[in-house]
Amino acid sequence: MKILVLLKQVPDSDEVKLNPETGTMIREGVGTVINPLDLHALETALRIKEIGDHSVAVVSMGPPVAEEAVREAIAMGADRAVLLTDRKFAGADTWATSMALARFAEKEGPFDLILAGEKATDGETGQVGPETGAMLGIPVATYVSRIVELDESGITVEREVEEGKEIWKLPLPSLVSVTKDVNEPRLPTLNGKKLARNASIERIGNDFLELDPSEIGLKGSPTRVVRIGTPKLSRKVEMYEGNSIRDGIDEIKKRLAPYLEVNHE
Amino acid sequence: MSDLLVIAERRGNEVHSSTLELLGKARELSMKRPLTVSVVLLSDKRVQEDAADALFSGGADRIIQAVDKSFGRFNFEPYTKSLAAIVREFAPEIVLAPATTSGRTYMPGLAALLKTGLTADCTGLDIEEGTGNLLQTRPAIGGNIMATIKTPNHRPQMATVRPKTFSPLKEEYESKGELVNFGVTHDLIQTGAKLIEFHPIGEGQKSVQDAEVIIAGGMGLRKVENMEPVYRLSKMINGTVGASRKIVDSKWIGHEAQVGLSGHTVKPKIYIAAGISGAVQHIAGMQTAEFIVAINRDRNAAIFNFADIGLVGDAVEILNELAESIESEVKR
Repeated sequence: MKILVLLKQVPDSDEVKLNPETGTMIREGVGTVINPLDLHALETALRIKEIGDHSVAVVSMGPPVAEEAVREAIAMGADRAVLLTDRKFAGADTWATSMALARFAEKEGPFDLILAGEKATDGETGQVGPETGAMLGIPVATYVSRIVELDESGITVEREVEEGKEIWKLPLPSLVSVTKDVNEPRLPTLNGKKLARNASIERIGNDFLELDPSEIGLKGSPTRVVRIGTPKLSRKVEMYEGNSIRDGIDEIKKRLAPYLEVNHE
Repeated sequence: MSDLLVIAERRGNEVHSSTLELLGKARELSMKRPLTVSVVLLSDKRVQEDAADALFSGGADRIIQAVDKSFGRFNFEPYTKSLAAIVREFAPEIVLAPATTSGRTYMPGLAALLKTGLTADCTGLDIEEGTGNLLQTRPAIGGNIMATIKTPNHRPQMATVRPKTFSPLKEEYESKGELVNFGVTHDLIQTGAKLIEFHPIGEGQKSVQDAEVIIAGGMGLRKVENMEPVYRLSKMINGTVGASRKIVDSKWIGHEAQVGLSGHTVKPKIYIAAGISGAVQHIAGMQTAEFIVAINRDRNAAIFNFADIGLVGDAVEILNELAESIESEVKR
């Protein structure tokens, strides 16, 4: 079985700068790590690999510097690591990113199972998984908290939703995005690290993907960031301190009065 | 007149409150540019008359219902394909859906099929003067900034909004009340995915998202034992306990209680932040509360900038004092 894991690299610090013209993140010059939530997707793939004749490839889209994050996946046990990198990909929103990932999966596939994390810790949209699945025309299950079963006939998963838990059986190929409840990601072994150091990370550009210029990068992105601002402070706070604390407590009490459980004795 | 579609959220046969919140916002947008507001309802049963009336008086000009047994619970392929067909037929300018586990799944699928833009978890929606474009504002980069996004050249413009972000209409809308049936063809509902089982969660503590009063604890409580006054007070006032990310990560309480960007967005009448410093991620999840009380030892804590009243002092002592004071009054 061929498994593909979608990885995003995220800045390893909170000090992210934005390009004031395009409103997109400046990723150059910032250290990157694998999005922590994607590690659960990778771990899911590695556990499947352990129980059968399966191969695990990871793919990420980003600037050349993202290579180090992708290398980490080899250290953890992935067989193949691919970085989609091309100047023409820069400024991609979730649609254009998904397009590149979907095209890669088509060209290098077919993959039987595609795994993704719930969302990235920087953008927090959680859109690339389902968008990629829709572009590939395959079933998608999101918010998966448990892999129940996997065999040739399909994958059975548990989804955690607002009103409870669902068990779904999906045929293969399918795309599954997992939450952090699905497993505890492993740490790279010493051996894995050694392997990763010498591993070659494949770099793939649009020469290979052959996407139309209108489908990639900023040009292929339907959304535009038009304005950036800081969250506004909309309240005027009344402060209670020292001797006035008592008054503050009385004020809270007054506010809570309508909610008191009068019959609680 | 151009169309705005709100995709309805169902809980079983009930229409979820987030649908009415989106309708409220849709009506507000329709004052800035004329829009016909439609609710799209995918279900395995036909809409009941009272539910339809609630949608009409909640702001819908039209209900577009599609009925098929594959719509019983959310299923990716039937939903995305059928919604895409509905969007192609009605050619709306704007499509809104709640940012629930299903909305956050079918909306990206739909955007992919329609080749258009989608903005997740919007906290603000507006119409740009002149162009009539939808301005979609959302917290970005851990909530440190607010980004306003638009989809200038692709249609429809799509956005998801977390439940409790906007308010339903206060007054009943006088609707033309048009009910349209969308015929679902076989190709739209084909999928190999099959629901095997569904286990509903039992009725436990009110979920933090639906709570009217939330008492939320943070690291300022110092240790897990000090959650006790939080629980005590919450019980007295029929409230719900909330939490900062840090105490959830420290396993003082489960993730279901977490308020903030990576937890729940809440909109209670009263929010008490006890020992929470006010990281932007937390603020993003609770600033929509009607009245905010902040209790913190550090008078420069960021949380005070977002509160209506602030008490500078030890959160554990103040909560205990508050609980005792309420108790003695009730006994009297």
